[in-house]
Amino acid sequence: MKMTTLLKASTAALLVTAGGAALAQDAMTGPNGEALAEEQVFVYRVLDEHSSVDPGIVEDVSGSEIVRDLFEGLYNDSKTGETLEPGVALSHTVSDDGLVYTFTLREDAMWSDGTPVTAGDFVFAWRRAASPELASPYAWYMELMALENVAEVIAGDMPLDALGVTAVDDRTLEVRLTEPLPYFPQMLTHATTFPVPQAVVEEHGDAWTRPGNIVSNGAYILEEHIPQERSVRVKNDMYWDAENTIVERVTALVINDENQALTRFLAGELDRTEVPAGQFPRLSEEYPEQTISFPRLCNYYYTFNLREDGPEAFKDVRVRQALALAVDRQVITENVLAGGQPEAYTFTPAATANFEVPEVEMASMTQEERNARAQELMAEAGYGPDNPLQFEMVYNTSDAHRSIAVAMSQMWAQTLGVEATLANQEWQTFLDARNSGDFELARGAWCGDYNEASTFLDLLDTGSGYNDAKYSNPEVDDLLQQAKTAEDPNPLYTRIEEIIAEDMPVIPIYFYAGNYMMDDQLIPSWPVENVQQNWYSKDLYFVAEGE
Amino acid sequence: MYVYILRRLAVAIPTILLLVIFSFALMYSAPGGPFNSERPLPAQVMANIEAKYGLDRPVMVQMADYVWGVVTRFDFGPSFQYTDRTVNDVIAQGFPVTLTYGFWSAVVAVIVGVSLGIAAALRHNSWLDYLAVGVTIGAQALPNFVMAPILVLLFTLWLGWLPGGGWAGGIVVNACDPRDSLCWSAFGGAIRLDYVIMPVIALSTSYMASIARITRSSMLEVMNSNFIRTARAKGLPMRRVIWRHALKPTLLPVISYLGPAFVGMITGSVVVDIAFSTGGIGQFFVNSAFNRDYSVIMGITILVGMLTIGFNLLVDILYAWIDPKIRY
Repeated sequence: MKMTTLLKASTAALLVTAGGAALAQDAMTGPNGEALAEEQVFVYRVLDEHSSVDPGIVEDVSGSEIVRDLFEGLYNDSKTGETLEPGVALSHTVSDDGLVYTFTLREDAMWSDGTPVTAGDFVFAWRRAASPELASPYAWYMELMALENVAEVIAGDMPLDALGVTAVDDRTLEVRLTEPLPYFPQMLTHATTFPVPQAVVEEHGDAWTRPGNIVSNGAYILEEHIPQERSVRVKNDMYWDAENTIVERVTALVINDENQALTRFLAGELDRTEVPAGQFPRLSEEYPEQTISFPRLCNYYYTFNLREDGPEAFKDVRVRQALALAVDRQVITENVLAGGQPEAYTFTPAATANFEVPEVEMASMTQEERNARAQELMAEAGYGPDNPLQFEMVYNTSDAHRSIAVAMSQMWAQTLGVEATLANQEWQTFLDARNSGDFELARGAWCGDYNEASTFLDLLDTGSGYNDAKYSNPEVDDLLQQAKTAEDPNPLYTRIEEIIAEDMPVIPIYFYAGNYMMDDQLIPSWPVENVQQNWYSKDLYFVAEGE
Repeated sequence: MYVYILRRLAVAIPTILLLVIFSFALMYSAPGGPFNSERPLPAQVMANIEAKYGLDRPVMVQMADYVWGVVTRFDFGPSFQYTDRTVNDVIAQGFPVTLTYGFWSAVVAVIVGVSLGIAAALRHNSWLDYLAVGVTIGAQALPNFVMAPILVLLFTLWLGWLPGGGWAGGIVVNACDPRDSLCWSAFGGAIRLDYVIMPVIALSTSYMASIARITRSSMLEVMNSNFIRTARAKGLPMRRVIWRHALKPTLLPVISYLGPAFVGMITGSVVVDIAFSTGGIGQFFVNSAFNRDYSVIMGITILVGMLTIGFNLLVDILYAWIDPKIRY
């Protein structure tokens, strides 16, 4: 009797162990075999309410993060952000002249209502994004993609069906361009190119993106959205790769104040929040496991106003050189920012894919050498103690920007006797002033739209809408034009940086770093190598404690 | 009385109209616009957007059209920033949140403030009086943008009793389980009380302090007046003197203070909305100003304007009811 019971018990235990192990194998391991946490719920902080979750309209970072989860385009970014992974498209072919792309779509791509995703959905979405009726602020992205007849369609001079995109059949999408763009496939991970469900848009109009109405084809569906409070997305079982999607639920909480967000992170309410400016050293010491820093695809610079009616002093390249040389970037990155930001001596971040940073003379000098050289240049330009250079530097209101501007003006005052006055402006006023050329020296920053140097260097093109300084060098324009169709444009980009280092139309200060407080169980799956931070919740997972 | 109310309402209409005109003019004279961004949009794209929202028409036409929409359909137009929402949606979303914690703040501020003020006045120059004066001065001096982070630190991080912010899904039907002891349902919606506590403390404290100080000085004055002396000379018990005779005149200045204060509370404090991420109307108001979301700015301005006028009228009516000497 005793014996039997023991046998039964041990058999049962054996069975339980075996069953448990099988279960663990099935559902509880990550892509690399890590043990996973039981609860897979991701809650993160966003600074501001997103503009929209309509792929055709969305223009901000926090909105794009949600849209990348809700919808899936032709391709996805890989974890590193340097290569592409199949999305709705499995592959494509390009015509010999580089103008016609033919995409083959997967058969198992489904909308969340169970209808298949077809080439027609992309055609509808792209025409809609370019249509004057939708009036999307991101219609310019369609122009950047160089689609056939895109300008005429946006202007309303041609019907929507003249746009260079056609559904050959349900599984074949044909795209026609006006110029061969070597980086065209990379542009397809952008929200503006995602498919949109025609029937749902037509049924609900502008309200189609509300929870309850919205139908999407990504790994998640929108469950709840309370503007200025939260937005919740849950796993979409109709998604073709749903069985490999681990995080069940993702919540974005709008928290305007970064310090409040930090407190709530420390209280365990959030899995991710930004490190408030200047607090990285303290937090990384107190919470080393949960503080992370990694390079981002963004630059930070000051731009000289080089317009006809701009300050005379800045028309002298020696003055521009001197001011750029006298900024001790190490003090700014290590003492003011202190969050692992790299110093910048070029306009394009070193983290940009395939970009080879040129040997810029300034980068290899010591700060003493730079200061000495700056003093010589200023003297040559005719400025000195009796005749100090005076100008105003303007930035948009923020503590971090002010600290940097104060540091820079002090460096100039001490090294060169320059009298720079500081002025801060509220964001919209600042944009207006910079755009209309109503400034002398202004702060600027840019995050790459795609991981290629031209996304930065285009800003220095004579015709660029963002070239507020009106810098113009025909050689740069010409090189940029060549780069558009060159087999390998990177040597051209390096050459442009060399020219910029000579002309110095901008003062590069530093490149951004992503500084986050993050749940240590989430960190292993976070794509820190992706400098654009195009992350997808479907690739995230929380490992088990102690893993 | 009725003639008076009608007259006041008639004056309210041009007041609101002036408010609309001034706000519109100020808004349009501010640099920038709702669709400005770092990379200026190509001219054609901008033209399409302006045509869609009617921003390509003369400002006077836009304003007239806007006012017409508000007057005839109570339609505040589409939000420029939240493309899938109208301003009416934004207000319907944010106002109930603010109304909830604003209402509770008013209740707390009045009950605590009046009690504290009366107690201090009745024990004039005692330790209780000094304590009450000290507390109210302290509470008034402590701004809510300082208090809010301290509350979160204390109740969320250290004690772990209350959520650090948010609104638990906002005011929606069945936002919480009615069987949950922290769930409070009313007006077809439900909220979790633990989300309301800190916003109410942060918002009500300075109002409470003002009310206590007004009540105290008013009570002191009333207690020294002749009719109270008469009442006490008659030999009435103190409790009766206070409740029957002193309370009403004491509350007159409190009520005149409460009119605008109540509007201030229910239209929300920007600080409280931002500190606790409630999703209330104050947050929309400030962000819409920064983003030049013209229609949202106008909608909320008109809402606050109407509430201010409405509550001031209500206060004047209450005045007449409390003080028989006042006749309109």
